[in-house]
Amino acid sequence: MFLDAKIPSGPLADKWNHYKDASKPINPANKRKYHIIVVGTGLAGASAAASLGELGFRVSTFCFQDSPRRAHSIAAQGGINAAKNYRNDGDSVHRLFYDTIKGGDFRAREANVYRLAQLSVNIIDQCVAQGVPFAREYGGLLDNRSFGGSLVSRTFYARGQTGQQLLLGAYGALNRQIAAGTVKSHPRTEMQDLIMVDGHAKGIIVRNLVTGEMTAHTGDAVVLATGGYGPVFYLSTNAIGCNVTATYRAFKQGALFANPCYTQIHPTCIPQSGDHQSKLTLMSESLRNDGRVWVPKQKSDKRAAHQIPEEERDYYLERKYPSYGNLAPRDIASRAAKQVCDEGRGIGPGGRGVFLDFSDAIKRLGKDVISARYSNLFHMYQKITDEDPFELPMRIYPASHYTMGGLWVDYELMSTIPGLFVLGEANFSDHGANRLGASALMQGLADGYFVLPNTISGYLNQIKPNSIKDTDAKCKQTAIDAADDVHRLMSIQGKRSPDFFHRELGKIMWNDCGMARTEKGLQNALSQIPALREEFWKDVRVTGSDLEMNPVLEKALRVADFLEFAELLCHDALQRRESCGGHFREEYQTQDGEAKRNDEDFCYVAAWEYKGSKQKPELHKEPLQFENIALAQRSYQ
Amino acid sequence: MSMNLHLRIWRQKNSKAKGQFVSYEAKAISPDMSFLEMLDVVNEDLISQNQEPIAFESDCREGICGACSLVINGIAHGPDSGTTACQLHMRRFKDGDTITVEPWRAKAFSPIKDLVVDRSAFDRIMQAGGFVSVNTGSAPDGNTIPISKVHADLAFDAAACIGCGACVAACKNASAMLFVGAKVSQLMHLPQGQPERQQRVQAMIMKMDEEGFGSCTNTQECEAVCPKEISTRVITELNREFVRAQL
Repeated sequence: MFLDAKIPSGPLADKWNHYKDASKPINPANKRKYHIIVVGTGLAGASAAASLGELGFRVSTFCFQDSPRRAHSIAAQGGINAAKNYRNDGDSVHRLFYDTIKGGDFRAREANVYRLAQLSVNIIDQCVAQGVPFAREYGGLLDNRSFGGSLVSRTFYARGQTGQQLLLGAYGALNRQIAAGTVKSHPRTEMQDLIMVDGHAKGIIVRNLVTGEMTAHTGDAVVLATGGYGPVFYLSTNAIGCNVTATYRAFKQGALFANPCYTQIHPTCIPQSGDHQSKLTLMSESLRNDGRVWVPKQKSDKRAAHQIPEEERDYYLERKYPSYGNLAPRDIASRAAKQVCDEGRGIGPGGRGVFLDFSDAIKRLGKDVISARYSNLFHMYQKITDEDPFELPMRIYPASHYTMGGLWVDYELMSTIPGLFVLGEANFSDHGANRLGASALMQGLADGYFVLPNTISGYLNQIKPNSIKDTDAKCKQTAIDAADDVHRLMSIQGKRSPDFFHRELGKIMWNDCGMARTEKGLQNALSQIPALREEFWKDVRVTGSDLEMNPVLEKALRVADFLEFAELLCHDALQRRESCGGHFREEYQTQDGEAKRNDEDFCYVAAWEYKGSKQKPELHKEPLQFENIALAQRSYQ
Repeated sequence: MSMNLHLRIWRQKNSKAKGQFVSYEAKAISPDMSFLEMLDVVNEDLISQNQEPIAFESDCREGICGACSLVINGIAHGPDSGTTACQLHMRRFKDGDTITVEPWRAKAFSPIKDLVVDRSAFDRIMQAGGFVSVNTGSAPDGNTIPISKVHADLAFDAAACIGCGACVAACKNASAMLFVGAKVSQLMHLPQGQPERQQRVQAMIMKMDEEGFGSCTNTQECEAVCPKEISTRVITELNREFVRAQL
């Protein structure tokens, strides 16, 4: 299969303008004839739905939460990057582009990333105009801070709640369109399948989470903005409801899934405290602006942090990466933490933790300044651990956080299924093998506010609107099939809860497909996952009825998809016989333990095609061409 | 270290059924668990006995999405101030304690199941005017209009609202004025909010009344339970804005 990314011609800096110049908009009077379905109401979904509504399209949004405002974008803490160069520190669109490509370990498309860097500046303007209360300086202008993987200060923020404020801005824009009648919102609904007509995406089947009813909703295009698949590891920083179902069902209908093995393990999360744990909480990367990461030099040093003298501490990030220090990119910082813990120098229960220490910053800047910067994070940390970071250094450890892989999309954000668009974390497009901090919010909003509204017309111009109705036979059949899945699950009446299987899957994935992967481990996972899946379909217990609110059923449906998707992830990790970004294969490393890429053989996007439940998915390759920057070994030393 | 607790939990099959308190035992609870993780343990136990688990809402479990909504021992979000139920930890309780758990109770929040209620009235209030009318693509440079740090901070303090509804659950009148005031205050302190200032406050208050929320009688219970510690200053501002809009 030839994967046409539809990259516009011309110099990198002009591609997006060329694209827009060449595109053919739809007559304003005709826009209302088109109905667009948007699944997911996080930053990408809400901003897309609002912007499409403003343009005059009819839009329907769907989310599983009780309100669009609760999508997990809300939990993003640290900030959003933009190449404004307000600090006069040498930032530019090109520098943000370069940092992002390099941060992604040269595994993303140049043209997409350049466009993202260009649009970053418009996002800030848009959000300010919506009344997003960004942090400001005393002179009244916008403030910035630094984030990992960059030597300039380009991160805009709203205390430690940037995601919340940006999402509420997009939710406001969405609400305005709901009030105007252009958008219809369907909360408490979960997508179960994609309706396909003659190879085009024409709608979705959703389960109403209050009544259990399955209904078809048809449209002229379907937009998935349903986030990532981090909970495949069970424990992650994601919300409890985050799941792979929408993108995985689209994959089963023919959309290629790209680079599933690119998963991001975030270095600064609160360590697990016991088996009861339902999620891990992130401590924003912004803390690494002022916190210093260290472990004792000695193995199994049980002394309290303050009893360990300065000369017996190993500030390993500062030692190994003197120019970036504590702001080394996430994948590198995570692996470094794992390494020191594997050496037996980890701290806290089980020795799976490192210190993030603010005492120097408190001495230098005073408690008030540190409190103003991070009070909500310190408060959250204290709530969870019962330890005060003003007195004791934080204990942190890496956890699954973000997934760079996702459905394959072209420059227009359209998947391999005509009419199916994919935005935000749900697509694979911009972060390569590793995402830099403060870039997820940027990508979600760029996709939703600026890219999709300019690219969707290209597809809509080619089709006749309203070609299918909710009551058509094809819709009814897809709804019946989805209901059958539910009935199959309900009828098993086994002994184990869905959560049991999810935890077991998480253990397999974390051990064999987590921060460090090997051929042997991946083979092991690939034999264990199908066995667990078989066990699930024999022994899962779903209580209650399907025609009511049933959280156990919701969970079981999501776990069923994770149990299939996990295998795809391992196949991808196995075929990529190199290390790059978040994908670290122990067999492929440099002498000092850094990721060793193999550009000769692996400089491509791995896009997988579903071949049926008993078949291995088929790998297709989109070669990555670097015309503007030279491939180099990533160095943060 | 682990604790055993007696739970009295509100169970209600659906919006039409009559609800009641049911007793459960939570065994071997670690003090490091969050309150919701403790309920997870109880639910796993119920599933293993082939009984239907307790329905409650949660998503982010880090205190920011606003989904969790439990009245614990008579207090919305439980005994810790400035904390959502998902960030309440079991070390706050003692072995042998009896804990009562109820849903948000308010006329405007109709029950759905067990501890889950319908808060869509909040969305409808926001749709009435809780935004700035600005289309994508037309914004001037973000630094064109300086905003004093004082006003930016006041706007932020109000914008921290997570829309959980604890303020309504805690209020004897089920008033939503802290929630509505938070949005009105945020936008009133920013230059971007000025053009629609009058219509916004009127439309949001009218919708709030229509949805069946009560009036504020200055008990300030809302501020006491607000997990984001939003001050009743925003209610004062809401009242002032409303009067100002009538003049």
